[in-house]
Amino acid sequence: MLKLKNVKKSYTEPNGDELPVLDIEDFELGKGEQSALIGRSGGGKTTLLHVIAGISRPDRGSVMIDGLDITRLPEAGADRFRAERIGYVFQTFNLMPGFTALENVMLGMTFSRGRKDVQRAKDLLKQVGLGHRLQHKPTELSVGEQQRVAVARSLANRPKLLLADEPTANVDPANQQHVIDLIRESCLTEQVSLLIVTHALEVANQFDRVDRLDEINKVVAQSVTAE
Amino acid sequence: MPLWKIAWRSVQRRSLASMLTAVSMALGVMLVVAVLLIHGIIAESFRNNASLGYNLIMGAKGGRLQLVLNTVFYLSEPVENIPYDFYENYLPAEKRSDGKDGEWADYVDRVIPVCLGDYYKQYRLVGTTPEMFDDYVYNEDTGAKYEFAEGRNFVHFDEEHGFFEAVVGAKVARDTGLKVGDTIMATHGSVEGDEHPDQFYVVGILKSSGTPNDRAVFVNMEGFYLLDGHALPVKVESEDETATDGEATVAAEIAEEPEIVEEIVDESLPVAKRKTTPLPKEQREVTALLVKTSPIITRGLSNMVNEGPVAQAVFPVGEITGLFNRIVKPFQQVLLVLTAMICVVSGISILVSIYNSMSDRRREIAIMRALGAGRRTVMVVVLLESIILSMGGGFLGWVGGHALITAAGPRIEAETGVTIGPFDMAPPVNLLALVSDDPIYLNGRKIEEINVSTEWILIPSLMILAVLVGFLPALAAYRTDVADALTSNP
Repeated sequence: MLKLKNVKKSYTEPNGDELPVLDIEDFELGKGEQSALIGRSGGGKTTLLHVIAGISRPDRGSVMIDGLDITRLPEAGADRFRAERIGYVFQTFNLMPGFTALENVMLGMTFSRGRKDVQRAKDLLKQVGLGHRLQHKPTELSVGEQQRVAVARSLANRPKLLLADEPTANVDPANQQHVIDLIRESCLTEQVSLLIVTHALEVANQFDRVDRLDEINKVVAQSVTAE
Repeated sequence: MPLWKIAWRSVQRRSLASMLTAVSMALGVMLVVAVLLIHGIIAESFRNNASLGYNLIMGAKGGRLQLVLNTVFYLSEPVENIPYDFYENYLPAEKRSDGKDGEWADYVDRVIPVCLGDYYKQYRLVGTTPEMFDDYVYNEDTGAKYEFAEGRNFVHFDEEHGFFEAVVGAKVARDTGLKVGDTIMATHGSVEGDEHPDQFYVVGILKSSGTPNDRAVFVNMEGFYLLDGHALPVKVESEDETATDGEATVAAEIAEEPEIVEEIVDESLPVAKRKTTPLPKEQREVTALLVKTSPIITRGLSNMVNEGPVAQAVFPVGEITGLFNRIVKPFQQVLLVLTAMICVVSGISILVSIYNSMSDRRREIAIMRALGAGRRTVMVVVLLESIILSMGGGFLGWVGGHALITAAGPRIEAETGVTIGPFDMAPPVNLLALVSDDPIYLNGRKIEEINVSTEWILIPSLMILAVLVGFLPALAAYRTDVADALTSNP
């Protein structure tokens, strides 16, 4: 499903120096497989997800998703691919503030060529336990409910791959497990591959597969060695 | 979810800022619509009223425009008079004392004399014949005829009122409170002139027609002639002088006081009973003739009159159109420029409002991009927001402008005689004339004119303005770095 090959990414610092962030030789995730990726802060976890989602382009290397190298797609093509094949759950939920829960889920469908299926949006919200909060805006929802809306939105277009960036970091402890369970169960139900980034070991330990960024990302590995 | 709905949600989310921005646009458009409407409708009314069912005005030689302004609009200084004989030349046999058709009677469909010079308060007193209002279509486009709100038209001679009946225009009645049964006395020559002792009986109040006739008082011409000082000096033929070639004697004018025959000399009797004999036609003059002819004859008749020594004939519509082209058209163009400037200022306020909120919405744009929206899509969303604010504000302003005009309608009608309804649009302008004075050809075909109401020009202008002012923030949206915006603190 997901295959990264020789992916390198660096940023240019204000003084003009190059700051390497990613150097991943090989990383794969199978169809329907679920993996927790752990690593310390500033280790390039979010950058890696952005590269996989086509939000950022790597300096070199290939990112194959469902047999297609998205680094070779033009930007508009990558946008559409992201809309149709990739779901994204953000650490800060990133719900659109002026939209209701239902509209936020529908927004996920707006930019794909697929059917704008209101019933599916409602079903997804029911699935995450928010069937009674369809018309509520984010400010009228609790933090946990907001993240559940974000999960429903990420699944709206029946993606092949779900990327979750610290999905429980801003959720109160009582709801953290519920969010993780929700994501995992939804992915199982929808046959979606899941790559979840976390720094919380109690979250990572629930997964059969755990990847450590300092092992797959040479940049982090070198800095750890240097320390 | 349609993109306009995403834009609308953004407008809703910043409701206060959006409302203030839209109100700013609305105020601009309201002002523009009000000015265009008032100016346009009054101008159009002025042009339409130049005709009032007749196509020629004949009057004393002199200023052509002054003749029109004085005779039709009751403006400007009164002009000189023309002989009564000249008028009779256009009368059919049944209306002449000698029972013969006038020399030019066959060439005119209708001729109405008007005698001007006197006033009732600040309003013109018009001496005329009952034909002025009897079954007379003053607007051939709508078939509108004069109607009476109260009473009836004056008649040539009435048993009770004699020759002294009057009909009052709608505005005059409204302003002065005159009603049927009242009596009025005219002042001679000017508003401050001496008051004629003879009174007219008000027998009818005209319904408002939106014409200058709302602002005048109409009296029986026969009564008008019988007022003191209105009769010409009597011409007495001198037997001492003989004409050459054995022709008839030459009339020598002897300035005498007019001899008005008053059969009843009892001064205590009302004027209607005292002055019952019409003024001899030798002592009469008229100020002007309102003539309706067939269009085929109009030009020839006009030339004939103008080449003669007595009078001139003018085309009222032509004169008023000329006046408008010289004075009002440039003024209208200045108004349009001002209009555009007001809209641009309002547009800039939209630009400032949206651009200032760009740092706010940077994250929203990034979220949409992360969900798969392309750069162009987010650009369109921002442009749509600008269009919603412009068009929403513009629509509010349009409605407000018409509401303002409707509210001011009674005042405008009272001051100008022009009735403005809530759905009246500003009169059209020829778009081609704004671009070029020369004819424009399209695919070899000459396009004479494209007439569009100035209000309809506003709508596409607002759209274009919205796109222009929305372009800068839309470009900022287009350039938003998604990864950067997503990782920055919310």
